[in-house]
Amino acid sequence: MTDAAVAEVTVAEPREGGVREEERSLASDAWRALRGNPVFWVSAVLIAVFTLMAIWPSLFTNTDPREAILAESRSRPGDGTWFGRDIQGYDIYARCIYGARASILVGVMTTAMAVAIGGGIGMISGYLGGAWDATFSRIGDIFFSIPLLLGAIIFLSSLPEFFNDNYFLVIMKVVLALAFLGWPSLARLMRSSVIQVKPNDYVQAARALGASPSRIIRSHILPNSLAPLIVVATISLGGYIAVEATLSFLGIGLQPPAISWGIDISAAIVGLRTTPHMLFFPSLFLSLAVLGFILMGDAVRDALDPKTR
Amino acid sequence: MTTTQDTTTPSDKTSGVTYTPEDGLLLEVEDLYVEFHTPDGIATAINGVSFDLHQGESLAILGESGSGKSVTAQAIMGILDMPPAVIPGGHIRYCGQDLLSMPEDQRRRTRGPEVSMIFQDALSSLNPVFPVGWQIAEMFRMHRGVNKSDALEQAIRLMERVQIPAARDRVKAYPHQFSGGMRQRIMIAMAIALDPAVLIADEPTTALDVTVQAQIMALLDELQQERQMGLILITHDLGVVADVADRIAVMYAGRFVEKADVVELYSAPAHPYTRGLLESIPRLDQKGQTLAAIGGLPPNLMRIPPGCPFNPRCRRAEDVCRRDRPELREVVPGRFAACHFAEEVINA
Repeated sequence: MTDAAVAEVTVAEPREGGVREEERSLASDAWRALRGNPVFWVSAVLIAVFTLMAIWPSLFTNTDPREAILAESRSRPGDGTWFGRDIQGYDIYARCIYGARASILVGVMTTAMAVAIGGGIGMISGYLGGAWDATFSRIGDIFFSIPLLLGAIIFLSSLPEFFNDNYFLVIMKVVLALAFLGWPSLARLMRSSVIQVKPNDYVQAARALGASPSRIIRSHILPNSLAPLIVVATISLGGYIAVEATLSFLGIGLQPPAISWGIDISAAIVGLRTTPHMLFFPSLFLSLAVLGFILMGDAVRDALDPKTR
Repeated sequence: MTTTQDTTTPSDKTSGVTYTPEDGLLLEVEDLYVEFHTPDGIATAINGVSFDLHQGESLAILGESGSGKSVTAQAIMGILDMPPAVIPGGHIRYCGQDLLSMPEDQRRRTRGPEVSMIFQDALSSLNPVFPVGWQIAEMFRMHRGVNKSDALEQAIRLMERVQIPAARDRVKAYPHQFSGGMRQRIMIAMAIALDPAVLIADEPTTALDVTVQAQIMALLDELQQERQMGLILITHDLGVVADVADRIAVMYAGRFVEKADVVELYSAPAHPYTRGLLESIPRLDQKGQTLAAIGGLPPNLMRIPPGCPFNPRCRRAEDVCRRDRPELREVVPGRFAACHFAEEVINA
């Protein structure tokens, strides 16, 4: 027997010259693929810079974004300031830096909330199936039928305005609106990947070896079904940032004196033909932030999906 | 039957309940029925199956695909998906305790430390995202609350026990880095980790090469002898069971059609179906001849024919076979067969 076992090993698994092959797992394979992908590095740098801006805007500028110098209203880039001044005489560069906070906060918190709600509900409907699945899927369908932007407009404009002066509460209002409308797509995705993982033999084997339902979910279903959710959540983070800017542009998201790229874009419209720099810089920052997250999602998807390698 | 609620001295199984077999009797399956309620109708997968399993004994359940052998295993383990499966009747007793009427949580705690199972395809039975050592160690952490490093140490010892070379180096490797035979060894290590009294092996070698098959069977045999487990070996391969099993139960359309000692069954089958199976084994000394096969297909489980379920495929079938279903009866001492003509078959 022992001889036979050794024979089997030598036939089935030739070891290469004593050199241990580096341990390979899905995560380490994915990291290897990511490392070699320039798109990943570009998006990682963009995301890092914008995150830094959101946390420590004073690292990038010493100018107070609320310091209005009306005498220099609409001055062009280079006239004492990098990006020029807007109609109120605000320094556009400082406004762009400080505007990152609202966008990143809304994007990250909305994504976290949508992933928690959508992932949880998707897991429940996929794992339990039957009546639970039918109920949650139909509830999801109802939310899914509401267009994100239109729904958010109605939601936000119908909320009382008494806490509009608290920066964090206003952000939370936007986050709640977007998360409540955004979770169904993540729930659908999670449900389908749970249904795909659940009938696998290793889930059956875990049951046969006495694993409790919660352990089956934590150790077996969750790690094997999470990848698509991560990818879509990253991509939709960029989308939520864009929607936040849109809502602020329309005047129903963040309100001045809060600083947001959307608000600045809205304020710059008046000078579209005469002073386009007022519009250009906030738009550029917004586009780069959205682009960063979408590229990151793309790179992660390519890395996690072995078929694209 | 002795069940003690163990509160003063914690048992090593941590379930709080100890199971002690009486006279070595581990498992009693009595008149078990399993049905699948599907939109197309009710499929009766198991039709009154009964058997006993004692310590140190190995029973092979032999049958074609769809004969109900895997469903029997799943019913014993309690991992049938219900619905669609329904168990309308029967008992499964482990050390005198009826598993079917046990609360789910208590029953779950028997899986692993008391009754354990090995699956057919070891690659898909191992979680692809975790190292194998972690997965074996999980058994100790899950059921015994052993800490991480001790559990890993025990996992390495188990990997050595199932003859995985360089176990200490390979404990952090992932399932796809192992060959089929090695994966099955890991699956076996997980299944025997908590010293179960009963081990069910559901076609443990089907997905493997013939040479590796023999090694895995030898390992199972060795472990069974060493730990005096009751082994239920489910297979469709007559060759695989010959060396390991003590007794064989042949299953057809959800019923046992023959139960016998392995040597006796091989030398003189008492049921035409068993005879057909034995004749269909390719033999080197009959090279060039046409392989004897059993004509036809197993019955649709939603429409099992009246009379003997095997009658449409049986060469011996007479009117009585199409009319009356033969019960499993003792043909000669220690040999059971469900055939009206068992005596003639056994002497043929």
